[in-house]
Amino acid sequence: MSVAVSRRAAIPRPLIFGGVILAASLILAIFPALFAPYDPNAFDYAALLQAPSGTHLMGTDNFGRDVLSRVIHAYTIDMQIAIFATVFPFLIGTVIGALVGYIGGFAETLFGRVVDAVITFPFLVLVIAIVSILGPGLMNMYIAVGVVGWVFYARIIAAEVKVQKRLDYADAGRAMGYTHLRIIFRHLLPNAITPAVVYWMTDMALAILLGSSLGYLGLGAQPPAAEWGVQIADGKNFMATAWWISVFPGLAIVLTGLGFSLTGDGLAEVLRTKK
Amino acid sequence: MPLASFILRRLLQLIPTLIFILIVVFVLVRLLPGDPTSAILGDRALDADVERINRQLGLDRSLVVQFGVFVQSVFTGDLGRSISLKVPVTELIAQRLPITMLLTGMAALIALVLAVPLAFWAALYRGRAADTAIRGAFQVGLSMPVFYIGLILLTVFGAKLGWFPVGGYGDGFIDHLHHLFLPALTLALSLSAIIMRNLRSAIIGVVDAEYVQFARAKGISARLILLRHVLRNALISTVALFGLSIGTLLGGAVITETVFAVPGAGRLMVDSIYGRDYPVVQGLTIALAVLVSVTFLLTDLFQAWLDPRVAR
Repeated sequence: MSVAVSRRAAIPRPLIFGGVILAASLILAIFPALFAPYDPNAFDYAALLQAPSGTHLMGTDNFGRDVLSRVIHAYTIDMQIAIFATVFPFLIGTVIGALVGYIGGFAETLFGRVVDAVITFPFLVLVIAIVSILGPGLMNMYIAVGVVGWVFYARIIAAEVKVQKRLDYADAGRAMGYTHLRIIFRHLLPNAITPAVVYWMTDMALAILLGSSLGYLGLGAQPPAAEWGVQIADGKNFMATAWWISVFPGLAIVLTGLGFSLTGDGLAEVLRTKK
Repeated sequence: MPLASFILRRLLQLIPTLIFILIVVFVLVRLLPGDPTSAILGDRALDADVERINRQLGLDRSLVVQFGVFVQSVFTGDLGRSISLKVPVTELIAQRLPITMLLTGMAALIALVLAVPLAFWAALYRGRAADTAIRGAFQVGLSMPVFYIGLILLTVFGAKLGWFPVGGYGDGFIDHLHHLFLPALTLALSLSAIIMRNLRSAIIGVVDAEYVQFARAKGISARLILLRHVLRNALISTVALFGLSIGTLLGGAVITETVFAVPGAGRLMVDSIYGRDYPVVQGLTIALAVLVSVTFLLTDLFQAWLDPRVAR
């Protein structure tokens, strides 16, 4: 790699690729009907289990539903999972992490125990257990992920705030007589939040994997909803004869996951060179 | 002896973690829909029967007393009886957990075999085509859900090519290994991606370190430097990562065992949740959490052995 001489660093390539994938995914998620050639839930008994062709680019499933249209409509649910399963842990974790990092001492010790305990439970096992208590469905999945997920953000933010609070500008804030809350949220947090934002991108990719896994197990989005995990489960008994029912939704998961992780990597690179 | 005191300190830390695990499991199980009594008696039970069973199970006493009894029975190795299978939970765990442990062990081994050489290759040819290709492939692997990888491997190598059985566990050790290979490979792919990424940057960090340059200046052969100096130091963070991944691995085992119909602890967990077999869910959660804590402990100790600075 050549060393950038110009003052304005070039945008890292991962960020461009990732950004394009995410922008396209968001557009598909918001306006699926504009792009899907068929109704995603319309049965067509004259066209069952058809291989990909000019009329059905990704083929049809065992009810004659158009696989491409279902893959496109699934963007709505899966992007929603990526965002809703992560935004609440991000917000809650940020607030708690900032307080823990700023207060230190007893709060930090107690928090350390909570972190230890949470990482001792296999994440997926815990989420499955909670979903089974609350009942299957997306809303309950968000709750289950939120109960556990905030810990990771809090840990990242706490570590950053702990560093920031020792710096001169924090002392200056205290000397000016600002309240602790104002120092934490107006001054320390903006300087401490970037690693958590980078982690958020990775977390959204993980959320899609988790959401589709639960969909596959029958604990997430419920059929006949068009959701990638549900679609893969629908097609699993036809893998040997009609592979396209499961394979294409899986490719959509991989592509979207790549979009998030490339964006995360690119963001991390930008923030590193900025320092 | 700093190492001895480190081990002792680390063992003592297990105690609050175990207590916390027991509290969480106790609370979780009491939040489950429906109570154990109606699960035993069905919905149309008489009040007198409900009272009798409640007394039998100790459910008429206060929560604190119930927790005390619960902790006591866990420590005496009594995890209750399965409601649907009518056998002691400890017996079920003893049957099923070793299968899951064999599966995750195999997965860890395969992941290492895949990740270590490729990490070296990518690190030593940093920025070249091989590096880009390896990292790209692993990035894609990381974005693939476990059940999807499993389904594809199952279809290609099980159903189409017939190299491996399409599910089950088989009889005899060799047959077990044969049955578990595809599920283990499924689990290994995403783990090896994480390890590869970490090991690659660790190797890059170590290769440029002064002590490696010094060894090179002394004229030590490149292979010896790689093995004795680079690998050992790069492995330290990998071992830590390994410990942290065990939870993910066990979570993945739940899904892989479902896809491949492997009768392990993960499959048992899903079945028990669907069947509302609370004693089994409770016992398994405790067993899995203890397994993870012990793995953390072992990786910490191994890390301290690799790098005495860890023990401080």
